[in-house]
Amino acid sequence: MFVYIIRRILYAIPILIGVNLITFMLFFMVNSPDDMARAQLGAKQVTPELIRSWKEERGYDKPLFINSRSEGIAKVTDTLFVQESLKLFSFDFGFSDANRDIGSDIKERMMPSLAIALPTFMIALITNISLALLLVLFRGSVLDTSMMIVAVMIMSISGLFYIIAGQVLFSKIWHWVPISGFESGWSGVKFIILPVMIGVFAGIGAGVRWYRSIFLEQINQDYVRTARAKGLSELKVLFGHVLRNGMLPILTGVVVVIPTLFMGSLIMESFFGIPGLGSYTIDAINSQDFAIVKAMVFLGSVFYIIGLILTDISYTLFDPRVKLS
Amino acid sequence: MKLALLWTDILVWILVISLLTWGWVVSRSPQVKKQWHTVFKSSIAMASAIILLFYLFFTLLDSVHLRFSTQPTESTSEKVQYQEDMVSLLDLIFAHNIESTERTYSAPFATHEYAKSIVVDESGVTKQEYLPLKHVSQNDDIMMRSLFAIVTGLMISGFLIVLHILWRSRGNFRDELKNSWQGKTTLPWRTAYLTTIFLVVTFTWFYTLSYYYHVLGTDKVGGDVLYQSLKSIRTGVLIGILTTLIMLPVAVILGVSAGLFGGWVDDAIQYLYTTLSSIPGVLLIAAGVLVMQVMMDNNPGWFETTLERSDLRLLFLIMILGITSWTGLCRLLRAETLKISQIEFVTAAKAFGVSKLTIIRRHIIPNLMHIILISVVLDFSGLVLAEAVLSYVGVGVDPTMYSWGNMINQARLEMAREPMVWWSLFSAFVFMFILVLAANLLSDRVQKVLDPRNKS
Repeated sequence: MFVYIIRRILYAIPILIGVNLITFMLFFMVNSPDDMARAQLGAKQVTPELIRSWKEERGYDKPLFINSRSEGIAKVTDTLFVQESLKLFSFDFGFSDANRDIGSDIKERMMPSLAIALPTFMIALITNISLALLLVLFRGSVLDTSMMIVAVMIMSISGLFYIIAGQVLFSKIWHWVPISGFESGWSGVKFIILPVMIGVFAGIGAGVRWYRSIFLEQINQDYVRTARAKGLSELKVLFGHVLRNGMLPILTGVVVVIPTLFMGSLIMESFFGIPGLGSYTIDAINSQDFAIVKAMVFLGSVFYIIGLILTDISYTLFDPRVKLS
Repeated sequence: MKLALLWTDILVWILVISLLTWGWVVSRSPQVKKQWHTVFKSSIAMASAIILLFYLFFTLLDSVHLRFSTQPTESTSEKVQYQEDMVSLLDLIFAHNIESTERTYSAPFATHEYAKSIVVDESGVTKQEYLPLKHVSQNDDIMMRSLFAIVTGLMISGFLIVLHILWRSRGNFRDELKNSWQGKTTLPWRTAYLTTIFLVVTFTWFYTLSYYYHVLGTDKVGGDVLYQSLKSIRTGVLIGILTTLIMLPVAVILGVSAGLFGGWVDDAIQYLYTTLSSIPGVLLIAAGVLVMQVMMDNNPGWFETTLERSDLRLLFLIMILGITSWTGLCRLLRAETLKISQIEFVTAAKAFGVSKLTIIRRHIIPNLMHIILISVVLDFSGLVLAEAVLSYVGVGVDPTMYSWGNMINQARLEMAREPMVWWSLFSAFVFMFILVLAANLLSDRVQKVLDPRNKS
C-alpha cells in the first residue's frame, strides 16, 4: 500500500511537469519578460538598462528552454522554464501584478471557499443519494417518471438562473438573507445558506439521474435476486446490497472532487461576494493577471491528481477484492 | 450585393453538407436506419427534434452574410464599392427592428418608456413623465393583428404539413392524412405536426407584432430583445455543435491508435490526455482566451470589420473549448477500441492479413459510432449552458456579439432596479431553456436506443 502510494506520487510528477509546460508556454507566448518588466516598472522612464537590471534581479534574463551558453546538464537546467517550474513545485507562486504575495493570498482565501464548497458537497451528496434510492424503491411508478422529467428540467436550466432567481426571491423580495457578503465563524452562516442551497438545487437534476442509473444497474444483478429470494425486505435489499455495491462507481465520481473543493466555485463566489479562491481567479482573469491564473492552474492540477490517488486508495477500503500493487 | 461568408459560416455549411451526406450513407444501411427509426418512435424525441430543427433553421438563416454595394458616386471608378458591415438573412428579415431602436428600457408590449424623463411642456413647466416609445403604434387593434398573424401562421404550417404528407403518402393522400390525424402512423407524425404548428404560429405572431411593438421589450440602449434572442441562437448552436465536431477527428484518431497500437503510442497519448484533463477546465479556457485576446490585439490584420473580429474570436473560443473537451471522448474510445480489437472478427481479419487501415475503417470505426454519437449529443447541452457562464466570467464570446450569456450579463446589473427589468433575463433564459431541454430529451432517447448496454 505504502509503496503503491509512493509510486503513484512519482507518476504524478511527469503530469505536473506537462501541466507546467503548457501554462509556461501560454504565459510566455503573450507575456515576454520585457513586457513584465515594463508593466512592473511603470510606463514612465523605462530605459533598456532598467529593464535589463530588473530581469537580472529576478532571473528573467535566462533563455526559455535551452541555454547554449552553459555547459553539460546546466544547458537544460539553467533556463527560465526549469527555474519557474522549480518555484511552482515548492509552492512558491511569486507576486501578482498588484505586488501581493500570491501564496499567502491563496492561504487566506482557501477557508471562505471551503466554507461554501464543503457544505454544498456534503448536503448534495446526501440529498442526491437518498432521492435516488427513493426513486429506485418506487421504480416504474408515477412518482419515478414524473421526478425524472423534473430532473431533466432542472438540468436544462442555466445555473445562472438559479443564482439570480434565488437572490431576487430570498434577498430582494423576502429579505430572509443578505444578498451577498461574508463573515468567518458562526455569524457568517446567514451569508452561506443561500449559496449552499442554490448549489445543491442546481446539481440535483444531474445528480439524482446519475445515482439512479447506478442503482438501477445493480438492481438487475443476480445477487439482488438471490437476496430477495432469501426473503429480505426491499428496504434491506436496497441499503444492504444495492447501496453497498453501488459504492464503487459512486466513489469513482465523488472522491476525485473532494480535493478540488478547495478551489471554490467561480460563479457562486463572485455572485455572492465571497472572498474565496473562485472570486480570486475571476478577478485575476478580468484584470488579465497571468501570474495568479498560472498559480491557480498548477494548484488545480495538484488537487485533481491528489483526488485521483485518493480514489484508488478508497477502492481498497470499500472493496476487498481490489488490491493495490 | 455579394455573398460574404465568415469563417464560422463556412464551417456551418460544411457541417450541414456532411450531415446530409452522413444521412444519405445511413439511409442505405438497414441496421442503422432501423435504429434511428426506433429513436423517433418516441413522440418526445420527435418533438425535440422538430424544436432543434427550428433552432437550426435560424442558425442557417443567420449564417448567410451579405454585403451590399454602396450608392455609386461619380468620383469612384466603375469598380463596385461595398459597405463595411455585413448583413445576414436574419438581419434582413428583422430590418425594421434594427432600425427602430428606442432610447432605453421598455417592457414587453409597452407603449411608454420604462423610466420617467424630464420634459418641458409648451407652457415652460418642467415635469417628469413617461415618454411614449418612438416605434410603437400608440392606439392599435392588437386583437385583429394577432388574429391575422395566427391565421397566417396556421396557413404556413398547414402548407408545410400538406407538403410533407404528400411526399410521404406517394399517391393515396387521403388515407395518409387520416392515419396521421388519428395517430396511427408508425412514427409519431401527429406530434411532429402539432409541434410544427405551435412553433410556426408562435413565431408568426411574434413577427407580425414586432412591426408594431417590442414584443419582448427593449434593453438598456433600446435594442429589441426579441431580435437579440433570435440572433443569439446562432452563437449557442455553433458553440454546442462545432466544439465537439472540431475536435472529433483528433479524439477519434488518438483514441483508436492508442487502443490499437499499444506500447509507447498508448503511453504517449494517455500521458497527453491525463495532463490536459488534470488542468481545471475553466482555468485552461481562461488562460487560452487571455492568450487569444493578446494575439488578436497584436494582429489586427486578421480581420477587417468588427463582425469579422467577433467571429474570429468565436472560432478561437470554439477551438479552445474543443481542446479542453476532447479528452473524455478519447479515453472512452481508447477503452472501447481495446475491447473490440480482442474480439474474434478483428483477430480473424488480422490473421487474413488485412491491413491495419482497413481494419480500422471496416471493423473498428463502425463499432465506435454509437459512442461518438452519444457524446456529440450529450456535450451539446452542456456547451450551450457553458457559454453563458463563460461570458459571465469574461472569457466567453466577444462582448459585441449577440449571445444569451452576454444578454444575461448585461441584464444582471439591472437587478437592483425597482421595478425590476426582468424581460432581457427572462427571454435569454427561456430561449436557452427550450434549446437545452430539447437537446437533453433527444440525447436521452438516442443514448437509450444506441447504447448496447440498454439492449436487455
